[in-house]
Amino acid sequence: MTSQDFIQVILFFAILIGLTPILGNYMYKVFTGEKHLMLPVFGWLEKLTYKFSGIDQDEETNWKSYTFSLLMFNLIGFIFVFLIQLFQSWLPLNPANLPDVSWHSSFNTAVSFMTNTNWQGYAGETTLSYFVQMLGLTVQNFVSAATGIAVLLAVLRGLSRKTTDKLGSFWTDLTRSTLYVLLPLSILFSVVLVGQGVVQNYKTYETVQTLQGAPQVIPMGPAASQIAIKQLGTNGGGFFNANSAHPFENPTPFSNFLEMLALLLIPAALTFTYGKMVGSTRQGWTIFTAMLILLVIGLSISLYAEYSTNPIFGNLPLMEGKETRFGITNSVLWSTSTTAVSNGSVNAMHDSLSPLSGMVAMINLMLGEIIFGGVGSGLYGMVVFIIITVFIAGLMVGRTPEYLGKKIQKFEVQMAIIAVLAPNIVILLFAAWASVTAPGLSSLNNAGPHGLSEILYAFSSAAGNNGSAFAGLNANTVFYNLTLGIGMLIGRFGIIIPVMAIAGSMAKKKITPSSAGTFHTDNWLFIGLLIAVILIVGGLTHFPALALGPIAEHFLMNNGVTF
Amino acid sequence: MKTLFIALKIFLFFTVLTGIVYPLLVTGIAQLAFPAKANGSLIVKDNKIIGSELIGQQFDSMIYFTSRPSAVSYNPLPSGGSNYGLTNVKLKNLVTERKHQFIAFNQLDSLTLIPSEMLFASASGLDPHISPTAALLQVERIAKARNFSIGQKQKLLQSIKELAASPQFLILGEDRINVLVLNLSLNKLDGNISNIK
Repeated sequence: MTSQDFIQVILFFAILIGLTPILGNYMYKVFTGEKHLMLPVFGWLEKLTYKFSGIDQDEETNWKSYTFSLLMFNLIGFIFVFLIQLFQSWLPLNPANLPDVSWHSSFNTAVSFMTNTNWQGYAGETTLSYFVQMLGLTVQNFVSAATGIAVLLAVLRGLSRKTTDKLGSFWTDLTRSTLYVLLPLSILFSVVLVGQGVVQNYKTYETVQTLQGAPQVIPMGPAASQIAIKQLGTNGGGFFNANSAHPFENPTPFSNFLEMLALLLIPAALTFTYGKMVGSTRQGWTIFTAMLILLVIGLSISLYAEYSTNPIFGNLPLMEGKETRFGITNSVLWSTSTTAVSNGSVNAMHDSLSPLSGMVAMINLMLGEIIFGGVGSGLYGMVVFIIITVFIAGLMVGRTPEYLGKKIQKFEVQMAIIAVLAPNIVILLFAAWASVTAPGLSSLNNAGPHGLSEILYAFSSAAGNNGSAFAGLNANTVFYNLTLGIGMLIGRFGIIIPVMAIAGSMAKKKITPSSAGTFHTDNWLFIGLLIAVILIVGGLTHFPALALGPIAEHFLMNNGVTF
Repeated sequence: MKTLFIALKIFLFFTVLTGIVYPLLVTGIAQLAFPAKANGSLIVKDNKIIGSELIGQQFDSMIYFTSRPSAVSYNPLPSGGSNYGLTNVKLKNLVTERKHQFIAFNQLDSLTLIPSEMLFASASGLDPHISPTAALLQVERIAKARNFSIGQKQKLLQSIKELAASPQFLILGEDRINVLVLNLSLNKLDGNISNIK
């Protein structure tokens, strides 16, 4: 690594840290109904939304109704995206005359975009029409992210309110997240992206004759508008197959820098909003610090692995699956960030990363997408780990565990354990199933331990609602479309439902004022404990599988073994 | 039932807003502010579109600078990489093969250090760039194939220098040069061959 590489990384984190309180404070104003910057611009649109849909914006509900509204809304989204793919050839805006999508791929893609996973078993430019990309996928990019924020807001109200069963209105939270946070940022960002060279048009694919005289078909489409929200909403589903490695999705180092920043921006800023909403910005910064430490540890290991030499390729820089304009540092910074945040867009092919870099990406997925994580979902996932940490700390000192003045009891711990187990069960059981059956194994692109890594990565990505892939795995088969689809559903709602139950139960409790005996959750000791709990839970669950996949591959590679 | 109707209506509302109005609005702004870029940064020569500045092309002729290896042979439908892991024997063999080929094709000394992007396939399969070092290694071969005079060769070296992009804003990204743009300027330099297909 050169000094220029270090400067890029440091600059990236400096800007991220600088933007966190600014955007975090703005979102606090938006979500608590205070006056804010965008109110004069989009205030009328919010009113129009409520009027059109028949929503009473002040009508707050308990956790069950809140969750029911959420599930109903997501179900409709799923059905819509499923159907428009099945009948794509009958619908407009299909200049490339793409045929109807298969039922299992439609199912997988509809689940994938509804759950904010944005796993793609298909190749965008040869599978989906502009109609499906816009009305199906772009819409879900917005509302699945807004759904995540809504759940987080309900949890925050559960933590900060006392003796009530009201957690707010799902419709209001959904609307405000979309109109005041996601939409303005996306409009701004997509225009900047076009300025760097990202395409945004409705033209038919351009057939050209290259300089050497061969024909080349250049795909087109409204890419920038979808890319902006796919980065900001931690979605990650690319307009083109190569995702943000495609020169039309990510043409310059500057667009790359902005897309990386966009991918971490909202999840990072939400930690500040969190602090403001529970009445102590220190609590928010504590969580931010724990997340940042985990991210930087992963990044360091990943960079070290990519810049190491090995007997197979000697001291050749490992450029397989990487773009010249980004080089190694920007590819690794992206691969670590996109998996820590549950974004899943890629600017380099993760399948071709060195074994340990690929493992860092995989661990980020397996820890439950809580290192900043998805928009909203990362932070409510972190709350689950905080509850477990506080519980364990309580056991150690022999006091009733408390968080933010609320007693943590049997019910909360039970729900937290369900939320931790749900995605891990998907990863281990489904990956085990795929590694011993023909339909699972026939999709592999690499042999040896790397093949196991491909399977493990796919189910970790689905369960963590990430969506990135060791893309050599041919996932567009009935087996993978269905198992991964089910995995995504469990990974999303297997966490949302128990977390909402926790929120409901916490809201009913009293807040006890802190005393000399209170275990503080806003200091370095707590950061250390939290990180330890996250690593122990993740480590104990996944170390055996990782040892057979990336770790074995690392040692074999260092002995020059190929498969 | 009430929830279902609200859900349906708000879904319809957001579909129109974020699925139709938003992309159309962005398209409108983009087409006004950056029309060439929004439409794919296409390069027109003699009233014919010969490609996009951003999408790499396959070059294997002696008279052109070659692009990076591509897993999709620069066919953008669909884009993608090889997805070979580092312990995949196919990757190891490909790298050895490409190395020999690059050395033979450019008549280089067998100990020459070949820039790694010329040995490994890109992520998109459409990478428009190579490193300036990789371009310089090809100059001799091209000058010979085109019967360049010493003056023309000097001009070619000069245009590599001019077209090479340093990191954006001095710090972001890597040194690189656009192969298609470079080959176009190469044709311009070579008066006899400017109409070559």
